[in-house]
Amino acid sequence: MGVKRKRFGLLQTHPSVLILTRSPLTLSIPVSKALYYISWLPPPLPNPATQFSPVLIAWQNAELFTLTYGAIVRQLLTDLEEVEEVNKQLDQMGYNIGVRLVDEFLEKSNVSSCVDFKETAEVIAKVGFKMFLGVTASVSNWDSEGTTCSLILEDNPLVDFVELPDNCQGLYYCNILSGVIRGALEMVSMKTEVTWLRDMLRGDDVFELQVKLLKQVPEEYPYKDDE
Amino acid sequence: MQFFGGTEISPSPPAPTASGNNAHMLYIFNRNGICLLYREWNRPLKTLSSQQDHKLMFGLLFSLKSLTAKMDPTSVEKGNLGVPQLPGQGCSFHSFRTNTYKLSFMESPSGIKIILVTHPRTGDLRDSLKYIYNLYVEYVVKNPLYSPGSPIRCELFNKTVDQYVRGLG
Repeated sequence: MGVKRKRFGLLQTHPSVLILTRSPLTLSIPVSKALYYISWLPPPLPNPATQFSPVLIAWQNAELFTLTYGAIVRQLLTDLEEVEEVNKQLDQMGYNIGVRLVDEFLEKSNVSSCVDFKETAEVIAKVGFKMFLGVTASVSNWDSEGTTCSLILEDNPLVDFVELPDNCQGLYYCNILSGVIRGALEMVSMKTEVTWLRDMLRGDDVFELQVKLLKQVPEEYPYKDDE
Repeated sequence: MQFFGGTEISPSPPAPTASGNNAHMLYIFNRNGICLLYREWNRPLKTLSSQQDHKLMFGLLFSLKSLTAKMDPTSVEKGNLGVPQLPGQGCSFHSFRTNTYKLSFMESPSGIKIILVTHPRTGDLRDSLKYIYNLYVEYVVKNPLYSPGSPIRCELFNKTVDQYVRGLG
């Protein structure tokens, strides 16, 4: 990905919590996990206890994912400096991911039709989020035509340990998710607009994504008839 | 979480029944009509240039899909012939057979079409096509050097597909 590793500053304010400071974001991690990542020791070998506990193994991988995402956002903020630019870039990255992710999702979940937007939203919330983030979302706030809904996420692994500092208040930290959904739906003939209504990093109680179906674009015959 | 889990390909492939080279050709198209992959194992007669051949194949399937949906006796509402369909709308055909070959077809909701032409006595290849789609996801989609919408130039994918198809009965 080309993210350069930078040294973190360490502040130990409480015996069990290390705060990594590398402006502009701070990540606080319990000491045991921090030592694992900062000293770049080889990962612990699976011991018999974890062999029978897939939850523990998944938990270790999840941490790496969260920290990697944090590193990307931090690097984008350093490179682009403008919060709006970072939001746009995250959305574009999400779009590129979504365009590929949709095939993997379709193959694993055996979904065969994408005609009804209501059904599609339920499938994204229950199956899609579960498959890739490990959490389920709920769908609510349908409008009268059935073209706009909200996906509500109570638990979001991307934002574990994250606090937004004051100079990044316009940042949509999880904007990659809106790009992923937009990209994936475009590949199944649905043009959508995805925006954040509520964001836990800005003080709300849940994450709320509004997905609005603009139009459904069925496949057209791509070749011109006179060729 | 799924993405750092094991890299075994799932589901496991349907067991090959007979050895031998039974398949003639494989095509993979995307939703824009671009031929992502064309593999040929046994094709004695070639009458068209590859571009025309791909266009013909894609056009044939596009029209067949539309025709079969229109002729469906069990569906309540039928669009007009030629009106483009949404993924999953209408019935979906999966194979046709002539006296010299059988063509098996699978389309994913994202528009990826997989076509396998084999000898006429081949059984139902829907599971095999699903497995090839699985291979496509694992080797091509997840490959960061591949840009979606361009022809596939991944040797590992070609080899795996060749091996798998040779084992099909």
